[in-house]
Amino acid sequence: MKASDQKRLLREMIFYRRFEDRTFEAYMERKVGGFLHLYSGQEAVATGVLEMARPGSDYVITGYRDHVHALKAGAPAKEIMAELYGKETGSSKGRGGSMHIFDPTVNFMGGYALVGQPFPLAAGLAKGIKMKGTDQIAICFLGDGANNQGTFHETLNMASVWKLPVLFVCENNLYAIGTAIDRSTAVRDQYKRVAAYNIPASQHDGQDIDIVMEAAKKAVDHVRNGNGPYFLELMTYRNRGHSMSDAKGYRTREEEAEWAKRDPILIYSERLKKAGTISDEDIKTWEKEIDKEIEDDIVKFAEESPEPKVEDLGKYVLDDNPDPRWIGPLQS
Amino acid sequence: MAETAYWEAIQRAHDEEMANDPMVIAMGEDIGVVGGTYKATFGLYEKYGEERVIDTPISENSYTGIGIGASMIGVRPIIEIMSINFALLALDTLINAAAKIRYMSGGRVHCPIVMRTPGGTAHQLAAQHSARLARMFMSTSGLRVVTPRSPLDAYGMLKSAVRCNDPVIIIEHERMYNMKEDIPDKEFFRPLEGAEIVRKGTDITLIGYNYSVHLCLEAAKRLESDGVSAEVLDLRSLKPLDRESIRRSVEKTHRFLIAEEDEAAVGVGSEIMAVVTEDCFYALDAQPVRIHAADVPVPFNRELEKAAIPDVDDVYQGALKVMGKI
Repeated sequence: MKASDQKRLLREMIFYRRFEDRTFEAYMERKVGGFLHLYSGQEAVATGVLEMARPGSDYVITGYRDHVHALKAGAPAKEIMAELYGKETGSSKGRGGSMHIFDPTVNFMGGYALVGQPFPLAAGLAKGIKMKGTDQIAICFLGDGANNQGTFHETLNMASVWKLPVLFVCENNLYAIGTAIDRSTAVRDQYKRVAAYNIPASQHDGQDIDIVMEAAKKAVDHVRNGNGPYFLELMTYRNRGHSMSDAKGYRTREEEAEWAKRDPILIYSERLKKAGTISDEDIKTWEKEIDKEIEDDIVKFAEESPEPKVEDLGKYVLDDNPDPRWIGPLQS
Repeated sequence: MAETAYWEAIQRAHDEEMANDPMVIAMGEDIGVVGGTYKATFGLYEKYGEERVIDTPISENSYTGIGIGASMIGVRPIIEIMSINFALLALDTLINAAAKIRYMSGGRVHCPIVMRTPGGTAHQLAAQHSARLARMFMSTSGLRVVTPRSPLDAYGMLKSAVRCNDPVIIIEHERMYNMKEDIPDKEFFRPLEGAEIVRKGTDITLIGYNYSVHLCLEAAKRLESDGVSAEVLDLRSLKPLDRESIRRSVEKTHRFLIAEEDEAAVGVGSEIMAVVTEDCFYALDAQPVRIHAADVPVPFNRELEKAAIPDVDDVYQGALKVMGKI
């Protein structure tokens, strides 16, 4: 990989981290309401996998921890922040919020709050791709907790039988909300569960973006070449709690300290520094630029954007401009 | 015109819509090679192939979800659920996803799926094959719910549902699949919205939907000999509900009854009662009546089943009560 791409990837991950940190601040200031689930600590997964795919063209779908997947897919950061603020200019016009970012202009098909629900939706996107005959793929990012839903088994089965072009990325962060994987799941290694469905699967370190990219390339190629689905398990860890109300009482501080040594930004920046690709000075400069962009461009846009109009409450429930030939009403 | 059974009407609508648009697909249990439990997709597998007429495994929630995901990028799936009881397994993808995606994406993504399912009692299928869940779908924002009573509507409404951009639930009825009617040979559409007066009358409005329209029509015939002129109104669409047609008919007859095969509580009948009370309470000359199923799981035993489900006589007696004749 070219040095300029390596630098870009590191800068992207730093941007994602600081974007999430800033949403946390806005939440504490009560400018962002509802639930907020941050991705900090898992950046190498979405960044590395999508780097090996075609963001903006391949379909991406995920759960409620969705800001960074949407960003890497190409959704404008301003619109995501505005969505968190519930503004009319947000990705979902303020109707969805943090958990429901949508941007079909870059084929980011949503964040969903029902754990495991994106499995079949992703396979459906893949079915649509197959019908259109393009070489796109659908990529579904979900946590290990989702694998205990029936949709995991049902969808893997159908995706395999129908050879759908879908890549399932399991972000195994070891906790389903606040329940440790060993306390909720009979098998710790999630990729082993997939063997029952005749889908190739593998497990890799999700904290080292180079490893993620190498594994993702193989997985993406497998799916894109018409071989049917692939299941990629990436071992990762979230720095923060499940959501804002989470005091992380279910994890030991020792475990957190161990994982902090394996922070994806730390691992990658140390590697690039050692190789002489970047210096500490570069990182400091980026951080300053990023913070300025987030403040002056992104947060300002969100704060100054208008609220949705109350008179538009009933919009978007059903098609607002339906064709009377199909809808009627019947004249009797 | 050709005499067409209800199932044939559905099959013809599938066939025409699939021929018209290569993005229309059909999916469900046993709909392909077998041709459908009620033959609604008979012959289509041979004609359109397995990519478009899809035999699914018995995984209602996820195959519905696959249909929804495909619909988000331009596919038009017609999803068959073999019995409405099994639709309960698909409620997550149907209600949490399909019904809400347009709204929570700010109108940027829509889910034009059609879900067809028989919702009613047949003959001794017992509690787990006899659910009537219209009331549950009717209370969900973001869905359309229609109840074709005849081959004409079964054909014309399915065709409209495929072309409409909203998720549409079509509630059919096991006892209607062999019902026959002459329908035009030339292609036509029946709109999804709007109640329909299927029999004109002046003394009482009998309101029904799905199979209960036929009970109302039979009861109306019997009421003639009692000197009662009954109007029969088929709701056709439960969501959205055509309040205007209900009001107009009740303002004309000043009396009404609502007949349904569903249970009463928080039901279609309750909603009609509320709508009339809000829209035209002072037009009423008599206390209305709800005809509905008993509040029990549907029994297997023939006599018990009969007692649990309303029949023509129940509607007839109910109408006489509203008329003050008993």
